[in-house]
Formats: sequence, C-alpha cells, structure tokens
Amino acid sequence: MKRGRSMRDRDAYQAVMGRQGEIMQRSIGLDYGRYATGTLAFDYERLLRDTGYEIDEIRAVQAATGVGDTPLIEVRNITALARSLARPGKGARIFVKDEAKNPSGSFKDRRASLSVHEAKKRGYPGVAAATSGNYGAAVASQAAKAGLRCIIVQEAFDSQGNAQPEIAEKTRACEAYGAEVIRLSVGPELFFVFLRVLEDTGYFNASLYSPFSVLGIETLGHELALQVKGLTGRPPDAVVVTHAGGGNLTGTARGMITAGATDTEVIAASVDLSGLHMASDGDFNRKSFTTGHTGFSLPFTTWPDRSDVPRSAARPLRYMDRFVTVTQGEVFYITEVLAALEGLERGPAGNTSLAAAFALAQELDQDEIIVVQETEYTGAGKHPLAQLNFARQMGVKIGRGDPGANVPGKRIVIPEHPSQIRARDVDLDRVRRSYLANATAALPKGTDLGSADIEFLAAETRTTPIHVREVLDEMP
Amino acid sequence: MAERIPKGTWVEIHAVLLRPGERAPQVPEDSRDVPLEMRAKGFLTAPAALGDEAEIETSAGRRLRGTVTTANPPYTHGFGPPIPELSTIGNEVRRILREAGAFDEGP
Repeated sequence: MKRGRSMRDRDAYQAVMGRQGEIMQRSIGLDYGRYATGTLAFDYERLLRDTGYEIDEIRAVQAATGVGDTPLIEVRNITALARSLARPGKGARIFVKDEAKNPSGSFKDRRASLSVHEAKKRGYPGVAAATSGNYGAAVASQAAKAGLRCIIVQEAFDSQGNAQPEIAEKTRACEAYGAEVIRLSVGPELFFVFLRVLEDTGYFNASLYSPFSVLGIETLGHELALQVKGLTGRPPDAVVVTHAGGGNLTGTARGMITAGATDTEVIAASVDLSGLHMASDGDFNRKSFTTGHTGFSLPFTTWPDRSDVPRSAARPLRYMDRFVTVTQGEVFYITEVLAALEGLERGPAGNTSLAAAFALAQELDQDEIIVVQETEYTGAGKHPLAQLNFARQMGVKIGRGDPGANVPGKRIVIPEHPSQIRARDVDLDRVRRSYLANATAALPKGTDLGSADIEFLAAETRTTPIHVREVLDEMP
Repeated sequence: MAERIPKGTWVEIHAVLLRPGERAPQVPEDSRDVPLEMRAKGFLTAPAALGDEAEIETSAGRRLRGTVTTANPPYTHGFGPPIPELSTIGNEVRRILREAGAFDEGP
C-alpha cells in the first residue's frame, strides 16, 4: 500500500511539473542555462548555431528522406479573380508553395527531420512529441524511416467523448506510421502527461520549439526565395505565413534571409478565434480550426517561452513585419476557390494565409509577388465538409453573408462574394507592448535591467533600446 | 458473463489521469469540473472483457493499463454530406471571372 501511495505522489501534477527542468535537459540534450546573458537575455543566435547545422547540411538531411524541394505554383486564376476586384493596376501575382508534397503531407516534415536525425545520431531509443497536428504525423513518419520508436501525445476529445475530426485524422496518420498515440481530453495538462512519457521512456523530445525544429524550416524560406527569383527574376515582395506557435514564421523568415531576400515583407496570418478559451472543455469543439488561429498565435507571439522547452527557438516578433487575421468563413470560402479555380484540393492550414494573401494582393501592384508559403494534405476529417458538419452538430450556425458577422464558436459566415474577404490588421505596437509586459512580469518589483537585457528586448521586439526603456517606464 | 476478447487483440483502453480536484490550477472552470482522461490503443497482453481493467502493449512497446472500451476500434471520421453553403461557390467565382473576361490565358 505504502508503495502504491508514493507512486501516486510521484505522478501527481505538481510533482511531475517540479521535475520539468531535469526531464527537459535529459530529453533534449541541451543546457539552455549556458546561453543566458542577463536576467532575461539569452544568446539566441548561439543557441541555434551550436547545433552545428547550416542550410546546406539541413537540405542534405532532408533530401535523404524526400523532405523539401516542393513545387512553387502560380495560382493564376485566383490572381485574376483578385485583379477583377482590385483598383486598376493592382493585384499582385499570387504563388503557393505546395508543401503538401512532403512525405507526410505538410511542411512539418521539415521540422521533424532534423529532430529525428539528431535523436538517431545521439542514440536515443525513440522520439516523442506533444502535438495534435500535422507535426505528429511528421515525427511518426520520420521515426518510421529512421527505425526509432515514436510516441505522440494529443489533445483529442472533450469530456463528452466528441473527437475533433481533424485531430482524429492525425491520430489515424500517426498510427499508420507506427506511433503510439496517447489521446487526451482538453486541458494544458497535456504537457504534464508528455513529461511523464519522456521520463518513462528516455525518448528524445522532438519539441516544435527546439532549435532543430526551427532550423528545419529555414529550407522552406530559402527554397521559396530562390524559386521566386528563378521564375520571375525578382525576390518575393511579400510572404504570408499561417501563424500559430511562431516556428513557421521564424524559420521561413530566417531561410529567406540566408537566400538574400532581406527586403521581403513577412506577414503573419491567423484565423480570428477571439472569445474562445483554448483550455476550455466547452470551447474545444467549437473552434472549427485546430491551428493557425489567434488562440495560439497571440499568446505565443507575446510570450514565446510558454512552450515546452525552456527557451523557444521560435521568436516570431523578431521577424514579423505585419500581422493580420481572417475569419473562419473566409478560410472555408477560399478553400473552395482553390479547388474550383486551381484544381488544388488542400488542407486547412495554408488556406488561412491564402485568404489573407487574396485580400493583400489587391493592395499591391500587378508586377509584385506575394507567396503563400504552405499547403497541407487534405482528406477525411481535415476538410471544410468535415469541419462544418461537425460545427453544425455542436450547435454552431452556418450561413452566407458578410464575414464581419462571423462569431467564433457561435456563427460561421461564409462570404457571399470574394470582395468581402479582408485581411484585418493586428496592432503590432500593442503586441510588442504585451510582449514586454509578459517578459518582465515575473521580475521582482524595482528590478533594474542591464543593457544586455534591454538590447535583448529590443531585438525581440524589433525596436530600439530607447523605445524599450520608454515602454518599461510607462508600465504600472 | 461478458465475452472474453482474446489476448493479442488490438483494443482501446480508457483511464482517468487526473480527477477533477487534481487538475492544474490554471484551467478554466468547465475543464476543472471534469477529469483529465486518456485513451490509448495496443494489443491485449491477456484475455479481457469490455469494461475490464486490462494491460495493453502499445506500438512503441510500452505496457499501459486502463479499462477496455473497444475491440479493434474503428476510425469514424469522414466528410459527411455536402454543405449547401459551399456548394455554389465554384460556379459563382467562375462566373465572376468569365464576366470580367479574365479566365487566365497564361503568362
């Protein structure tokens, strides 16, 4: 009996969370403490550089499993549709990077490839990841190829047992690749279960936020910059990235810089899910989107280190020029348009940035180029029909009308006309202030930050040390 | 007596990992009032009936315990019927392009 009791205590929520530091260090093999340069500051570039991976080697690792080198497709009919709505001379050429062509059907293969390569090289017996999305399938696929065991922990169903259809499809895909899938009900304790899995197995933590994961995406930005240059003779003017945890935006932007595309505008796009709580059992199955939405993108942009590693390698505010949102109904609409006009049936995530790009292209000149940097595979569960049938079942109203009337969790409004699709700007200055408030929230009152910290915060927010000091001084 | 499922059958098990009072302090009320539940699949290591507490061996080779809910659990996600609000969009945008004389003619 006594033994049973102590096992229970050891597995209790607070006890496991208390061992987080040691579990992390063993499972990812990185001593994050080494990179601290101040109270808040750390050497971000050195954290990435110390992995030893540069763009050519990353490309080689990915090529060995058929990852990357995906086509860049000009969606001419969608461009023509945008031009038919734009003012004379406006309507940029829209291109789509067809990431669905990766082995498991999304750009997430790029993120998984370096992690699994590293796990294999260092002799870990397996890999584990906490993810309900395409990333799980990507890790499972890469692990299958590498001959490593794999465990994926998902947030998958509500307290009534209703599974979100898109996540059900990811469960199936992970199982098809031979992974053990732990499906959980709703709540942030997914992380607690994940820590227990890592402790129990000694597997490598294939975190979405490790340096390996973010470096793996650099090839995407690198490729697309070179492809646009090759096809059109100029670098892309704007790249729209579906934005959630920040890795996609960070890695893509860094990769474009390595390819010399330093003036390209990097635009984040998220589905607006305002009003829905991410850890709520009742809201879980009323979102109709599992990623690329503001429920992830706003918290992760304003505080990247909320992730499952001590220091996230995804730091989107460093690279973001603009941040826009679109509505649920607009994304479903453009998904239909992509199939109908371009013969491309693709999954939900990239279509968030496509909806935004469709609106943004109308602001740009006709000789300019805007790139939607990902597509993903579509199929059972991860499809507008599956999501909208499920939404109806959960009591969400669906109709045609002005997308401005869309209310997440209550009413999905499909536009009546493509001219109604809009990209709504998020105030980046407010986002930066919110980042600074979060970064300094845990500091004891009256802490005097040194110049290393102030410079770090300026780099994090792409502002100046003077600006950071002013904002911090204004804070209550 | 409930029918025994043979050893080696692929099944789903269910377990409660955290009871309502044991959940993380930051979860909203509607989640705090319900348990954190787990479902996992694997091969039964010994015969068991539905509703029995049993052990499975997962695809990763781990041994997990829980209540057997389903033998050979199906995948039930799909597409469902067409959504009328989406069904006409293709024709609508093709008409706009035709009327604008803008169906693509190549570069």
